[in-house]
Amino acid sequence: MDPLRHSPSPSSSRASSPRTLSCERLGYVGIEAVLDQLKIKAMKMGFEFNIMVVGQSGLGKSTMVNTLFKSKIWKSTMPGLRVPMPQTLQLHSVTHVIEENGVKLKLTVTDTPGFGDQINNDKCWDPILGYINEQYERYLQEEILITRQRHIPDTRVHCCIYFVPPTGHCLRPLDLEFLQRLCRAVNVVPVIARADSLTIEEREAFRHRIQDDLKTHSIEVYPQKSFDEDVNDKILNSKIRERIPFAVVGADREHMVNGRCVLGRKTKWGIIEGHFPCLSWLGGCEQSHA
Amino acid sequence: MAVAVGRPSNEELRNLSLSGHVGFDSLPDQLVNKSTSQGFCFNILCVGETGIGKSTLMDTLFNTKFESDPATHNEPGVRLKARSYELQESNVRLKLTIVDTVGFGDQINKDDSYKPIVEYIDAQFEAYLQEELKIKRSLFNYHDTRIHACLYFIAPTGHSLKSLDLVTMKKLDSKVNIIPIIAKADTIAKNELHKFKSKIMSELVSNGVQIYQFPTDEETVAEINATMSVHLPFAVVGSTEEVKIGNKMAKARQYPWGVVQVENENHCDFVKLREMLIRVNMEDLREQTHTRHYELYRRCKLEEMGFKDTDPDSKPFSLQETYEAKRNEFLGELQKKEEEMRQMFVMRVKEKEAELKEAEKELHEKFDLLKRTHQEEKKKVEDKKKELEEEVNNFQKKKAAAQLLQSQAQQSGAQQTKKDKDKKNSSIVRGSQSGMSFSISRLTIARASMDPLNCRSWLQAIQ
Repeated sequence: MDPLRHSPSPSSSRASSPRTLSCERLGYVGIEAVLDQLKIKAMKMGFEFNIMVVGQSGLGKSTMVNTLFKSKIWKSTMPGLRVPMPQTLQLHSVTHVIEENGVKLKLTVTDTPGFGDQINNDKCWDPILGYINEQYERYLQEEILITRQRHIPDTRVHCCIYFVPPTGHCLRPLDLEFLQRLCRAVNVVPVIARADSLTIEEREAFRHRIQDDLKTHSIEVYPQKSFDEDVNDKILNSKIRERIPFAVVGADREHMVNGRCVLGRKTKWGIIEGHFPCLSWLGGCEQSHA
Repeated sequence: MAVAVGRPSNEELRNLSLSGHVGFDSLPDQLVNKSTSQGFCFNILCVGETGIGKSTLMDTLFNTKFESDPATHNEPGVRLKARSYELQESNVRLKLTIVDTVGFGDQINKDDSYKPIVEYIDAQFEAYLQEELKIKRSLFNYHDTRIHACLYFIAPTGHSLKSLDLVTMKKLDSKVNIIPIIAKADTIAKNELHKFKSKIMSELVSNGVQIYQFPTDEETVAEINATMSVHLPFAVVGSTEEVKIGNKMAKARQYPWGVVQVENENHCDFVKLREMLIRVNMEDLREQTHTRHYELYRRCKLEEMGFKDTDPDSKPFSLQETYEAKRNEFLGELQKKEEEMRQMFVMRVKEKEAELKEAEKELHEKFDLLKRTHQEEKKKVEDKKKELEEEVNNFQKKKAAAQLLQSQAQQSGAQQTKKDKDKKNSSIVRGSQSGMSFSISRLTIARASMDPLNCRSWLQAIQ
């Protein structure tokens, strides 16, 4: 047992923090009850999560979002319907409150129709950056008020999912420009859209090429290496980093497979089941942003 | 290509139903994990007279020996001693800071006893505010030293609150969560205790002292908090010694007439205090400190510095503009001061310069004067020298003339040498005398030769 030593810190002003000492415990005090208190408080307050999806039209953004949260957040645009192509880049936000097992989540999804759809896509990331910075500005203004609100509404974008078209080659100049600019302002998660158009080998090769591209251009996507706090984080994050960018398939139709009801895409040659990495690391986005 | 930013459409908060398990119900767990890895901070301030049992109670509460020396009663003033400890229970790390008021209630004049306490609390708020206002800040890793709970130890007189207690609590109630407790409760009998408690509570209410209210807005804790609040202020007994009761060892105090068990609810309210302070409301205490007391302090401080949220015309004032305005004002003041200083400097320099010039002039004059005097003296000396030389020349001439005469006189006197021998012999005796007279006669001869017509001088000369 460690001998009890104490270091009296100087009086009257700040208690010196680093000189703390561990004491011998003689019985149960009940400090760990604070964890439950925290949980209760968190559940009462609810969580806020803001996602932005960026990508060209037709890559399956809306479908993906619907699949991710297993609800009809967007009306996905059906092929065949004459949807007028937006002439300018717009940002649409939709907010929903979803609840699961007592946990309330206020989810805001911001879509960017018109991104990368024009012939000249120069500076098409400016409105997006502007929007992100505007949310930061709003939060800052609330924070530096004299009489602050108890809970400042958080509209800052926590995560930006970027859809990479499945060319199978490498990242396009538009992708690189966008990723470079945005990775400094927001957590960017690149995703290979419509991955069912690539075979597994093509997918792996594409993935590796994208990883190389990201490294060459020093684009730090989520989870960022610089935010790794300890060894456990590092291990977990490096596992995730190997799999980035995730290859996803969006599916919001249900089909019967072997007696089970699954979400999938039915094609002539089979049914592709939707599979998603667990949402736990998305929650990490929210925290690392704080 | 024109890009227009479409304003995000109005958010209608719709409740959506999920068709399957998404998984975000693990979010509270993630939050808890994150907090656990960071550790928690909890800071308690113990206010009470010397010897009332503060250190013992802390030891009992946290089941450790914090090992401090008891304070003497001779302190000249109240000072605060803060000590930090790190406790760990299962996987929860707690950075506990206990702040003691040493010397409280010991002085003869206790007017200023509360001041060091208030100053300490304000200093902690100030430190946090400074960190928050920094440009490059790390609130995440900041070691929070703000006082989360203040345990006010009331002496077990059995009558009422002392005036010192009232005054101190009044000063502290807007800055910290006060939890009043009756110390050394084993000295009060049960019936007296009830009266004492109600007396204290009514006094607190009538004096408008805001003590910490246990939160009753959440179903999980509302019930237990409500029942516990009835027993305020808690009558506690602290002890770290163990006494064998039945077949177990329990913390207790052994008296000749019996044993007071600390954890027996019939004997004292220690268990209630521990429940309330640690097991149920620790997080709420921290939250109240941050959202109520700290915000109040921050608001007062910023308003004091001159920042406002709204103009006199009640238009919203942005902090940025105020910052700019203040900054410019400050810079303007600085510039003005600089100008003043510069002018004063220039003036001083001029004065000094004038003085120096005066002094220089004086010196010059003196120098001239001296020089002139020197010249005059020199001239005088030269004149005198000339005179002297002239006299010497004259003398030489006369000497030469006298010698000539002498030689002539000698030739004429050679014939009378015999006669003169005696004269000479006698004159040898008188030689010295006549040497003198000879020289005198030379002079007179010289004089006479200069004045040949003066017979008398010749007569003199011949004699």
